[in-house]
Amino acid sequence: MNTISATHSDFQDKSRKGNLRIAIICASVFVGMVGLSFAAVPLYQLFCQITGYAGTTQVSEGNVNGIIDREMSVRFDVTVSSALDWTIVPASTVTDKIGEVKVVTYRATNNSDVPVTGTASFNVAPSIAGAYFNKIECFCFTEQTLAPGESVEMPITFFLDPELDQVRELDTVNAITLSYTFYASDSRSS
Amino acid sequence: MADATAKHVDAHGHPTGWRRYVYSTNHKDIGTMYLIFAIIAGIIGGVLSGFMRWELAEPGIQIFKGLAAMVYGYEGDAAIDGGKQMFNVFTTAHGLIMVFFMVMPALIGGFGNWFVPIMIGAPDMAFPRMNNISFWLLPAAFTLLLMSLFFEGPPGLYGAGVGWTVYAPLSTTANPGPAVDFAILSLHLAGASSILGAINFITTIFNMRAPGMTMHKMPLFVWSILVTVFLLLLSLPVLAGAITMLLTDRNFGTTFFDPEGGGDPVLYQHLFWFFGHPEVYVLILPGFGIVSHIVSTFSKKPVFGYLGMVYAMIAIGFVGFIVWAHHMYTTGLSLNVQRYFVAATMVIAVPTGVKIFSWLATMWGGSISFRTPMLWALGFIFLFTVGGVTGVVLANAGADRVLHDTYYVVAHFHYTMSMGATFGVFAGWYYWYPKMFGIMYNEALANLHFWTLFIGANVVFFPQHFLGLAGMPRRYIDYPDAYALWNMVSSVGYLITLLSMFIFIWVIIESRMKKRVAGDNPWGEGATTLEWTLSSPPPFHQFETLPRIK
Repeated sequence: MNTISATHSDFQDKSRKGNLRIAIICASVFVGMVGLSFAAVPLYQLFCQITGYAGTTQVSEGNVNGIIDREMSVRFDVTVSSALDWTIVPASTVTDKIGEVKVVTYRATNNSDVPVTGTASFNVAPSIAGAYFNKIECFCFTEQTLAPGESVEMPITFFLDPELDQVRELDTVNAITLSYTFYASDSRSS
Repeated sequence: MADATAKHVDAHGHPTGWRRYVYSTNHKDIGTMYLIFAIIAGIIGGVLSGFMRWELAEPGIQIFKGLAAMVYGYEGDAAIDGGKQMFNVFTTAHGLIMVFFMVMPALIGGFGNWFVPIMIGAPDMAFPRMNNISFWLLPAAFTLLLMSLFFEGPPGLYGAGVGWTVYAPLSTTANPGPAVDFAILSLHLAGASSILGAINFITTIFNMRAPGMTMHKMPLFVWSILVTVFLLLLSLPVLAGAITMLLTDRNFGTTFFDPEGGGDPVLYQHLFWFFGHPEVYVLILPGFGIVSHIVSTFSKKPVFGYLGMVYAMIAIGFVGFIVWAHHMYTTGLSLNVQRYFVAATMVIAVPTGVKIFSWLATMWGGSISFRTPMLWALGFIFLFTVGGVTGVVLANAGADRVLHDTYYVVAHFHYTMSMGATFGVFAGWYYWYPKMFGIMYNEALANLHFWTLFIGANVVFFPQHFLGLAGMPRRYIDYPDAYALWNMVSSVGYLITLLSMFIFIWVIIESRMKKRVAGDNPWGEGATTLEWTLSSPPPFHQFETLPRIK
């Protein structure tokens, strides 16, 4: 009986150290996964920017791929949060050869009697076209403050990448929509 | 041996009375507490669904108006809106309770705690005190969830009616009251409980196996728990992260899921389903393990293709992590992403098929006896396969466009969960009942329990396929008259399952009164795992002498 219980406690001592090691590894896996879930926020953004996923538009210096014969319409659209007392008139639709660099203008007016800061998010529909929608200049990267009653023109310089022509899903598409949504940038804190 | 055990127990002087359970570090006592907790939570969750089926028996709003007036004190027409909210609160609570407080505690906490140490020849779990806190976090979590029912959710309404998925922005801007905070904190506690449990099981299985018990000799139930807890360890932290972000979005002005501040509500869905999809395998894998043992025991044959069964479970666990967006086909995923998720989801049918066919092959040519646990196991295989087939239908993004958020989906996941997982729980319950409590139940009554639940659950859920195909959306308190017939049938089915629950309770009471001695191994030569070598119930501390596995 004695010999057996000795083996038993030997076995237990040996396993106790191993137990702690495995538990620590598991705990660090837990911490790592929590970290990864928070890292998902910037990673998701980065992923969208790089791949044009979910209609995220691309930023570019200029068109190096030339112009092709196929024509495409680009529509402009805007949604304004009810918390932001601005009137925003989107640019009208442009139709041109794919690859042409175009400049269009949105016009925003602050209807309230206090200065208001707005910010915008944007994407492209159909979302698969996001990767081919290149902006050279646009007003969306920074916040915009408008004085009471002030009106401002907001230009966008963009072109469509001719590689768009290679995308089978876009074969039947002849119009792309760039959509902006405006928010009051301090609405969360107020 | 019996003397030695008694002396040993005395030497430790383990606490008696209520201290034995509240202070318990004994895996069998903790397992029993988990099982009792699961039964209580299951009854509460079942009652909630009963009110839902009662309301849905006929078109119009009948039950919840009065219920809301009674519980929350609404007067006049305000009770209608209160009732609609209450219906959503009930669906939410029903889902959360059944997932986190019924199936998981029963399969992992209950049977896992009871039989994983015994099956690998270990004296107890690796961290017995941590095991205690794992259990006692659950009643606290459950209390928080029940409290959430009575706090304000949306302005002027009560409870968290946000679905078990807790999607933003419904759970953030639309529910400013504290009810959702209570529900989120409840999930945090339940998650902490499961994580501690998972660490305990991984350590126990890796490090406490008896000499000779190699990984490839481990019983399939132990394997199923090992894969399950790995899924928990990898997926639960992501849920914890996601609901923490919800909490800070709600209370501290962050904008993880709010586009106004540069966030994205779809990110919440990605994070949730990265947890949520592995979670459904967490619910079903232990059932796979239990069913393997039962099929083998009552066919008097070793399980067919042991290694195939093990690696099928590992494959299901792995693939389970890379299919999450099939819950999100309607969120505007690009075509290529949808193509990937369709294909990856269909791949799951392969290892699952390996398991189904291996069970059939185990029975093939076996000397089958249709004892109670075998009936439950066969019911599990049949019903889980039905749920799997509708799952393959839903895996197609094209079909899912039509069926998304309809009763077809409700029917699908109840066939896998309500009938798959729950039949797994009852199969384990009737298989190990004589071992855990040392007494035998009345088999005729237990078979009646099986047949009533089998018929009842099918009558509840099979018509829901028709409702879904006809376009009835889920999560609504009311519906057009066109859906009346099959809703009534479904509600009648609920009454049958209710009857079966009374039979279940009666089986327990009857067996306690009759006290038929079960004996060490009531199932005969087919039951080959280590628990059947011990007495019934097993000694307070087993394996003072470590078993050697040849």
